Amino acid sequence: MAIFERLERGPLSVGEIARNLPVTRSAVSQHLKILKDVGLVASQRAANRQIYRIDAEGVAGLRDYFDRFWQESLQAFKQAAEKSPKEKSR
Amino acid sequence: MNALAAVPPVRHTIVVEAPREHAFEVFTRGIDSWWFRDHSIGTEPLKEVVMEPREGGRVFERGIHGAECDWGRVLVWEPPSRLVVSWNIGGDWQFDPDLAHASEYEVRFIEEAPARTRVEFEHRHFERHGGAGQNIRDAVEKGWPKLLAAYGATAKAA
Repeated sequence: MAIFERLERGPLSVGEIARNLPVTRSAVSQHLKILKDVGLVASQRAANRQIYRIDAEGVAGLRDYFDRFWQESLQAFKQAAEKSPKEKSR
Repeated sequence: MNALAAVPPVRHTIVVEAPREHAFEVFTRGIDSWWFRDHSIGTEPLKEVVMEPREGGRVFERGIHGAECDWGRVLVWEPPSRLVVSWNIGGDWQFDPDLAHASEYEVRFIEEAPARTRVEFEHRHFERHGGAGQNIRDAVEKGWPKLLAAYGATAKAA
């Protein structure tokens, strides 16, 4: 996911993303299209070229979901683990 | 919201008043004892959650009529200190066996005292999931109140 990691640092054009990557520009474009289709990346036109950026709403939504999910689940785990620790370690 | 924000891992630390071996045991072989019952993707109502206790082991749910539905794989099995499990369920709530499309969570069990364990949890690489956008947002809106209610009931019963 080198492309995604590059975009984490800021919006970039396809040419800027492809720079120093061991893949072709068209491969980068294809990958960007997939990321865009699944809602992880958004693009806008500026000065005759497409500028790509992370779609913060899509990705943050996924992350937020798991943040809350695990917070509650780990509390349930803690309760289960503290129920009878001595019985198991005897 | 800052549109350039990076996607950091989800991290949580909790302290469990139990020996490290026991904490590891409950998290893994005992996963069914604490997993929220409504967090299931199978076609049948959930009967049990299983984590096979070895590297490469399956993590899956079994329905009341025996149908199994995979969730992920045990990537690192180092009892009683460390565990890494892949999360192969994307935004469409379907199992995808391709690890390139899976996020993963790591759990570290650190002994603070003979009967106290610090559990450090990290879920990372969310960007690997396809279909993250609208499906997940819908799930958050519809699913979360239900989960909170279930947690309240569990906490009370304990």
